Amino acid sequence: MRDDEVHVDAPSQIETAWSDAIYAHFRRVGIRQVGYVPDAGHSRLIKLCKEDPNIADVVLTTEEEGVGLVAGAALGSQRAALLMQSSGVGNCINMFSLLRNCGFGCVVLVTMRGEFGEFNQWQVPMGSITEEVLRLSGFLTYRVEHAGDVDEVVGAGCDMAFDGNLQVAILLSQRLIGRKQWVR
Amino acid sequence: MLERREFVKQLLIDRGDLLVVSGLGSATYDVAAAGDHPLNFYLWGAMGGTAMIGLGLALARPDRRVAVLTGDGDMLMGIGSLATIGVKQPKNLSVIVLDNAHYGETGMQASATQSGIDLVATALACRFRQARVVSRIDEAPAVRALLHSGNGPILISAHISADDTPRVLPLREGHAIKQRFIAALDVGGRDPAITA
Repeated sequence: MRDDEVHVDAPSQIETAWSDAIYAHFRRVGIRQVGYVPDAGHSRLIKLCKEDPNIADVVLTTEEEGVGLVAGAALGSQRAALLMQSSGVGNCINMFSLLRNCGFGCVVLVTMRGEFGEFNQWQVPMGSITEEVLRLSGFLTYRVEHAGDVDEVVGAGCDMAFDGNLQVAILLSQRLIGRKQWVR
Repeated sequence: MLERREFVKQLLIDRGDLLVVSGLGSATYDVAAAGDHPLNFYLWGAMGGTAMIGLGLALARPDRRVAVLTGDGDMLMGIGSLATIGVKQPKNLSVIVLDNAHYGETGMQASATQSGIDLVATALACRFRQARVVSRIDEAPAVRALLHSGNGPILISAHISADDTPRVLPLREGHAIKQRFIAALDVGGRDPAITA
């Protein structure tokens, strides 16, 4: 990237209410560990988790580490969630076998890139197959297009994951999180 | 050079309430050979993930000691997790790398440690509290003591001989391994912080 090219998210486009709704469900179902590779779309949720003394926030060097984290947390009777960008889903594929083979309940919140007005075509190959990859890996997937649906979908997803030891992925569309702006 | 079975057996003598996660392949066979235990979580896959399972468990149960036993191939695949562990500084986590500098399951191809890639230096650079090489069996009692009371995170690179050892195959059904582990650990009660 050239020095005079920076990517920023216009603050006015980042709606915070849906992040708060996700966090409220984390509190409700007793999420105690949150693993993440940062994404701008998750920045508020990451901040909320870091500020919560009841949640261990774990910044990962690659998303597949988070799959192990979830399994270890569950062995210790703690619930964990993962936050990642759609590109990170591809990094996890083989590690997902751990969740499926042992029946570890897991909620993954995926902020989507590579769709709906994406300015960077390098994001498109992974972004366009993210949901299919998750399904093939044994996940139930739910896609959210509108901020007003986040509360209901994340609530249902958390309940299914932890009541039934299922793997649930919630895809937060690029339309919902706001297009990444390209600023020169 | 250490003989892997004898070394692991000595580490797990009188293990008390130690929680053990073993990496796929020979590490899982070594831990099984030392004596099956409900607080063993045996991996048969998920290569590269063993240390992170240890981290999740160590964070969930700060009241218990967690030992990860795995091979150099698994640790190298998950080498970034040393940084992740270093950030969290879990005092109750130890990682024992059974390092024969080979990929034993697949025909004994050389691993990166054979070229001098240094897991101990990596762990220290990742802010592990203690990290060192062990290559003599008379050091096993000291390593065992570290597992039970050392100030973590700890990494031990155990230089083991590359000799072939007979396979000792424990439980392989993932749900059964998981349920047995949780039931044994939950005898003391479920994490009271879960209020859902």
